[in-house]
Amino acid sequence: MKINISHIAKLANLTLLPDEKLKLEKQLEETLDYVEQLNQVDTKNIEPTSQVTGLENITRDDIAKPSLSQNEALSNTKSKHNGFFKVKAIFKENE
Amino acid sequence: MNKLTLQKAKESLKNKDFSAVDLTKACLLQMKKTEPKLNAFVTVTENQALEQARKADVELASQGDALEAKPLLGIPIAIKDNFSTLGIRTTASSKVLDDYIPPYDATVVKKLKDAGAVILGKTNMDAWAHGSSTETSDYGATKNPWDTNHLPGGSSGGSAASVAANQCIAAIGSETAGSIRQPASWCGVTGLKPTYGRVSRYGVIAMGSSLDSPGPITKTVEDSALILEVLAGIDEKDATTSPKEVLEYSKHLDKDVKDLKIGISSDYFIKGIDKEVEELIKTAIKKFESLGAKIENIKLFDPKYAIDVYTIIQRSEVSSNLARYDGIRYGKDRESFAEEAKRRIMFGTYALSSGYYDQYYNKAQQVRTVIIKDFEKAFEKVDIIIAPTSPSLALPVGATKDTSMFGEIADVLVEPSSIAGLAGINIPVGFSKSGLPIGMQIIGPQFSEQLVLASAHQYEINTQNENWRKLTPDL
Repeated sequence: MKINISHIAKLANLTLLPDEKLKLEKQLEETLDYVEQLNQVDTKNIEPTSQVTGLENITRDDIAKPSLSQNEALSNTKSKHNGFFKVKAIFKENE
Repeated sequence: MNKLTLQKAKESLKNKDFSAVDLTKACLLQMKKTEPKLNAFVTVTENQALEQARKADVELASQGDALEAKPLLGIPIAIKDNFSTLGIRTTASSKVLDDYIPPYDATVVKKLKDAGAVILGKTNMDAWAHGSSTETSDYGATKNPWDTNHLPGGSSGGSAASVAANQCIAAIGSETAGSIRQPASWCGVTGLKPTYGRVSRYGVIAMGSSLDSPGPITKTVEDSALILEVLAGIDEKDATTSPKEVLEYSKHLDKDVKDLKIGISSDYFIKGIDKEVEELIKTAIKKFESLGAKIENIKLFDPKYAIDVYTIIQRSEVSSNLARYDGIRYGKDRESFAEEAKRRIMFGTYALSSGYYDQYYNKAQQVRTVIIKDFEKAFEKVDIIIAPTSPSLALPVGATKDTSMFGEIADVLVEPSSIAGLAGINIPVGFSKSGLPIGMQIIGPQFSEQLVLASAHQYEINTQNENWRKLTPDL
């Protein structure tokens, strides 16, 4: 099995150095080989379990409750402008 | 007095043998003495702790029944650094959150404060709770108080080491699969992993959201029961919390184990298990038998597959949960993730990526169903299951270096019950010849905390006079 490590890093939004890529590629392959043994378990007609609580459709009333103030919500950011988070532009000009 | 159990400390505070400030100062002094060797804390909140203790003393002096309304009034407690604490730095032992000051309290923290607890600080852990050693912390490894050349286990290693070293009266940890029970085992203390959904995850820095379970790490079983009473319960801020009634766990620990059916599975005494661990667990099982319990050999689904299920599900959930850390709203950007987090994010991203989802994530979730059904079948025959918590003694410092799945393999014996969301506890059963603690786990069905705690308590009080219980770490 060959992993496209650069593609996965892009999906994960991680910047990896060349030797990090080599090391992680080797380790991911080791881990994938390891978990191969799961194929020994017969799972024909077995439903997957995504949660164990048995609870379903837990909702709350759609009523606004006290929450963080704008200042509190912004208290940890390094980049703000007029009470908003300031982020890098995601569109380029002329597009 | 920092050596006292929670129950004893409560009695002393009630009897005015000493004040909450005295008790807090004794813990802080022990921290000053032992922290250079242990590194159990990331952040110590000395001033806030003394302030909380002063307030507790006022309440203790003015109200005779103050400890009824606030069951942890004046009790110094250490909290794992993945619980958000209002105004107190919360790093999850990762440099990504080096300067993060949460603007709110996790539900667990709020409940501790409402119960009057004094918060001593935030304990060290594997970064993001990714590990079973506390060696992957970006703030340096925590050392095992019984031998500082060894690891405390993890990820709640700081909490477990702190309790073992009597730096606090009790501590809070969190477990995704093993992170309470395994460090409790390696440090020789009690660690309760409640049923998934028994204790709110709100404000806990998420690791594997379908698994994460906060719980107490304490000196005795009774102390864990006292803290669970405070922490458990439904929380509208965590939709996975159960509406089931919270019991007065500490008041019903005296039920004897006569005719209790205990399941033992040879599948949990895996190949390569430490011989002293095996021997002491088997001795503990005989103790239960001598107390009138019925021991039954049962067949359980091979725990080796739980490693695969856990690795896939947890790393997938990790990759999703850590996607939010972009340095925009809080914390530093993704350049600050260390090696273990990157390894887990990368694997999880791969497992969830187009074309591989069925092969890995879906397959793991199907085997998760197999594990759940296997336990359901077992609990038709027996009330609880007993097994070693960890197949090894505390490993030497450096053991995790260049390993690709250290934590997941180390936690093989606790992963199946975590995957099924069950209740479990680690209690100490003795020491190796080399002086390292050995722990036993008791596993029960979902929401069987009362039975698990009572069974553990019965073992504890019936072995109270064994010589090994007199040992204390030499620090």
